[in-house]
Amino acid sequence: MNAIPLMVPAPIPAQVATMTDAAFALTLGLLLLAPMAIAGVALINTGLGRSRSAAQAMLGNLALIAVAVIVFAFIGASFAGSLGSAEIVLHAAGKTWSVLGLGSFLLHGLNAAAPQSQLAVLFEFLSVAMLVLLPWGSGADRLRLAAGCASAAILAAIVFPLAAHWIWAGGWLSALGTNFGVGAGFLDAGGAATVHLLGGMSALAVVWIAGPRRGKFPKEGLSTAMPGHNATYVLFGCLLALVGWLAWNSAGAILWVHAPLSALPGTAINTLLSASGALAATYSVTRFRFGKPDASLCANGWLAGLVASSACAAFASPVESLFVGGVAGIFTPLLIEVLELALSIDDPTGAITVHGAAGLWGLIAAGFFAPKPGQLLAQLIGVAALLGFVFPLIYLLFALLNRFVPFRVDPDGERMGMDLHEIGGGAYPEFVIHRDESYR
Amino acid sequence: MKYAGLLLMPAGFFLTIAALALFPDQGRRLAFVLCGLAVIAMGLVVAVRGHMLPHGDNRP
Repeated sequence: MNAIPLMVPAPIPAQVATMTDAAFALTLGLLLLAPMAIAGVALINTGLGRSRSAAQAMLGNLALIAVAVIVFAFIGASFAGSLGSAEIVLHAAGKTWSVLGLGSFLLHGLNAAAPQSQLAVLFEFLSVAMLVLLPWGSGADRLRLAAGCASAAILAAIVFPLAAHWIWAGGWLSALGTNFGVGAGFLDAGGAATVHLLGGMSALAVVWIAGPRRGKFPKEGLSTAMPGHNATYVLFGCLLALVGWLAWNSAGAILWVHAPLSALPGTAINTLLSASGALAATYSVTRFRFGKPDASLCANGWLAGLVASSACAAFASPVESLFVGGVAGIFTPLLIEVLELALSIDDPTGAITVHGAAGLWGLIAAGFFAPKPGQLLAQLIGVAALLGFVFPLIYLLFALLNRFVPFRVDPDGERMGMDLHEIGGGAYPEFVIHRDESYR
Repeated sequence: MKYAGLLLMPAGFFLTIAALALFPDQGRRLAFVLCGLAVIAMGLVVAVRGHMLPHGDNRP
């Protein structure tokens, strides 16, 4: 392998093919609907936390999106390389491996870029906004707002651009098909890898670094139940997420796998089927395990079905989508339980399972159901790259960040609640806040 | 222990990359990639165990 990375002009990204005006307008319209998914996840993050941290959680959702979008515009979009002016490549095994984009900073040249490239950049902006919310939810009730914003900046500046370039912008994973004859290259039409697997891994890193909430794992007993404070927020968030996901997967199918417009109704139906199959499975599992269906776990199952559909809704059949969702719905409540009870991982929103594990499952399922032979190998290589390289990178960056901007709030702040401690006022000022029994 | 696991994971990734560069046929590539994933899984297990809280009275 050539030890010296070379900077070369980037080839024109694959998505810059001729796109009709109708397809352009439709994709833009879909992308303008996609933030509904972000709104849904924000509501879920807030509802699954405690009432005394609700305002901080919702403000954090907005603040993190703002930080991520600004940082991505300044730096990240350049490294992602979707505007495609230059890239850093390595040479090995007689092939070129594009490892990082090196476009102009500050989105210079955006207006002059091909319309399809502009849509790709818009898709990346929405993806990074979604990505940063996932670890924020997992750190609920103890992750400081400043640390959340700083971690969002790192994700938007370094981690997401790296993955987005590899997978979407002509990087080495997307070129596996042309360079090595491995399927059609790594496929991730709806962000199962770049958003959800990355988000799940970031959530795990945050949970490990910040530690569990006080009283979550007492000396006596395995774990204290700390249910979310508003199931209605959570379930309505799921409905909002569905709207966004339908748009997200359809836009991704056009942009990243070049699906014809006639394939979009099928993509949307597959998304819906995957979520429905997941909900039915989680409902059944929780009904069987606890005697009654569990609302928050059912919400997690629904979301896991949507996440799994992100990888394969563009090309799987309806029956396959139902199967993919059903499997996600079965393992979601079980894995959440294992993580909490057996591995002492305190993940209030379940993002590690819902986004990380379900995204992983969707990506592997895409390998089985994609029409091109050899696709499974391409998907496995992509998964190995994200788990084996990007996850340790995220942990390292977050651990370094934790030295300068401590992730965890001090014990007094945690006892008082993040609302009063961090923003000076509660989300429900007229409510009586009950004393927490775990602090006796 | 937690850092040992996180250091093991990139080893699995480089095994996967080696499979692409070294083997032209898909069968051996798949076997090597699966080995790489197994190494990554081992690293993850070690990292998880390193982060687990002790049980009972040893808990902080």
